[in-house]
Amino acid sequence: MRPNITQQVDESFYIIMGISVILLMVITAAMLYFLYKYNAKRHPVAENIEGNTTVEIVWTVIPVILVLFMFYISWTGFKNMRDVPKDAMVVKVNGQMWKWSFEYDNKKKSDTLYLPVNKNVKFEITATDVNHSFYLPQFRVKEDAVPGRTNYYWIRTDKVGTFYAACAEYCGLNHSYMYATMKVLPEEEFLVWKNYFPSETGKDTTATKTDSLKTSSTVADTLKNKTDSLKTTSTVRDTSKSMKDSLKTDSLKKK
Amino acid sequence: MANGTIAATGKAAEVDFYHVKGRHKGILSWLLTTDHKRIGLMYLVFIIFFFLVAMTIGVLMRLEMLSPGETIMKPQTYNSLFTLHGVIMIFLFIIPAIPAVFGNFIMPIQLGAQDVQFPKLNLLSWYLYIIGGALAILSLFSGGGIMDTGWTFYVPYSVRTTTNVSLSVFAAFVLGFSSILTGINFIATIHRLRCPGMTWFRMPLFSWALYATSWIQILATPIIGITLVLIILERALGIGVFDPTLGGDPLLYQHMFWIYSHPAVYIMILPAMGVVSEIIPTFARKPIFGYVPIAISSLAIALVGYLVWGHHMFSSGISDTSRVIFSLLTFFVALPSGIKVFNWVATLYKGSITVSAPMLYVMLFIFIFSIGGLTGLVLGALNTDLHLTDTYFVVGHFHYVMFGGMGIIFFASLHYWFPKMFGKMYNEKMAKFAAYWIGIGFNVLYFPFFIMGYLGMPRRYYDYLPEYQIWHIISTVGSWILVSGILLMIANLISGLKSGKRTTDNPWGGTTLEWTTSSPPTLENFEVLPTVTAGPYDHTKIHGQEENK
Repeated sequence: MRPNITQQVDESFYIIMGISVILLMVITAAMLYFLYKYNAKRHPVAENIEGNTTVEIVWTVIPVILVLFMFYISWTGFKNMRDVPKDAMVVKVNGQMWKWSFEYDNKKKSDTLYLPVNKNVKFEITATDVNHSFYLPQFRVKEDAVPGRTNYYWIRTDKVGTFYAACAEYCGLNHSYMYATMKVLPEEEFLVWKNYFPSETGKDTTATKTDSLKTSSTVADTLKNKTDSLKTTSTVRDTSKSMKDSLKTDSLKKK
Repeated sequence: MANGTIAATGKAAEVDFYHVKGRHKGILSWLLTTDHKRIGLMYLVFIIFFFLVAMTIGVLMRLEMLSPGETIMKPQTYNSLFTLHGVIMIFLFIIPAIPAVFGNFIMPIQLGAQDVQFPKLNLLSWYLYIIGGALAILSLFSGGGIMDTGWTFYVPYSVRTTTNVSLSVFAAFVLGFSSILTGINFIATIHRLRCPGMTWFRMPLFSWALYATSWIQILATPIIGITLVLIILERALGIGVFDPTLGGDPLLYQHMFWIYSHPAVYIMILPAMGVVSEIIPTFARKPIFGYVPIAISSLAIALVGYLVWGHHMFSSGISDTSRVIFSLLTFFVALPSGIKVFNWVATLYKGSITVSAPMLYVMLFIFIFSIGGLTGLVLGALNTDLHLTDTYFVVGHFHYVMFGGMGIIFFASLHYWFPKMFGKMYNEKMAKFAAYWIGIGFNVLYFPFFIMGYLGMPRRYYDYLPEYQIWHIISTVGSWILVSGILLMIANLISGLKSGKRTTDNPWGGTTLEWTTSSPPTLENFEVLPTVTAGPYDHTKIHGQEENK
């Protein structure tokens, strides 16, 4: 069983942060203590200390060891991230202003990312217009979607539920609305969806806006698009609301 | 003592540089000056102006973030504002502030020189700064609207957007020349104009830091210059260097941008580190702990800083091998900064410490900068960075390092050298109160960024999911505290300028050469060129002097 990427990121984060917090406390405590102890009132005459080679060596060597340790644990996690399991299911991810679209091995396309549970999934990520970044916050990983090249990462879907993908590389007017819903389903349900449901793309209105980027990114046009952006605002709210609702229903189903 | 007599006769014989009668009068005596002190002050006025403009933009952005959806502005406005905030802060404030103001005013005096090596070139640098700033302002009111690319100008977006990118990046291009010329001037000054007896290792650490900075300015700035020109050409002529639809490579742009912009981070922070190494010995009444390691670590940072640009691109699709190498090098560049912090704290050991306003800012800096540096470790680490990059975590880290590092030390420098520059003193109690207030506001404003980033809030988002709102509210309240503190600090300095008490030549008991001349200094800084016989932070000498008086 491969270690879980998400857990590894969190573990690395807490270990490095833990060491950092200790270092910060040592530095701050030493500083405050010296400020108190050697205040001019308590300690009127300073001692003429110009340095100490032993001390310099100690506080060079210890940090070297610490950072090498940090590098090592993050490198271990990173190797796991980049080494895609052979059985991984491939999903092609395409970013464009301002939506994500997904394509499965049977050429099925979708704007919502449906995935089967307990599977390794490899995302092959690219973009058609400008840079985007395919970010799955709940899985602690992202990779940029760059036009003209394909980047990748993999995750393991270990529980049924609704998650979301965000765009993390600034891409213009509606960057902050570039979310996609990710639904992890039991395998049978996923297969039914993948093989029997029609492709669902193009229903998003932003797709048509993409072509007219050159006009839509000026202030004046933004004002014109007032209603559009308001609509989009409410969709984000709706999405997040429906995300929560479906999370609830999913957990109910489990019970 | 020799120094004492010089100062005494100096005051009787010569007037300070404000009152000296030159070839020109009134405003022309400033605009046509070649005096490094006047040029430094002219920078100061405009740098504070641009800082206040960018700060105001920051406050507006925080207001917009108060609630999800539209709060006070549309997305296009927000996108333009965060671009402007970044561009103004970085190119017109952070990069030039300490070298251009205090490097110009103080560094030649610290070396015992009468001016910089090329005074006219120095004035040209100032004009280039002003022209660059004016072009940046002009770009707001011309072309297809305010630039909305973010301060990183990433292609292909910066090539495709219709907003006024070309003129804005041209402004940055011009500012680059100001930076290069200042760098050349400082290097020449440090090589040629040190007074008799001032060997390299008797040079104050502020001058050392400026020396390291100047080399980065000269060697790295041309790369951003050509990169920005390529953006303009790409937009105007479609030459296809960066645009993938024409066979170009967007990653090539990112490499070129960060080959400059990572070393530029050290252009921003090294001068501040130099100031810290000046202020701590003065207020601890003892030499800096580990003079040589600190001086060498400045050079080490400047050198290794060139080799880590790839850590800005871990998620961009560069090869796994290069990610591993860049990550390892990044951990090593963290070391010299850490060693400096240890040396500063160790300098306090067995000192005789007075916490005046400049020292208070420095202590605040050590705390905030340590947080900034330590949160950089999870960004240099390979797997955690793929989660945290391009989120609020990075924005938090950057503000802790840059604002908490360079910004806070800019405030410290203002308080430290204020009596030298103006011959007057501000209200000390008010200055310390403002420092505490700024410290509180800073942390309330920026600490929530780390939490939001870890929870997955991407940066440069006009709108956000409701679960982040509580952190945005805290942060926005913090921005009000911080700004009121900064305004209080500036008001206090201005009132000190108008009606502050006259001060002595050496109010803090500093040991470097700028404290041996009069406050404010005379036109040529010293009546008789000084001769140096000891290291820069020899407090035994100063105490001897006081006893003789």
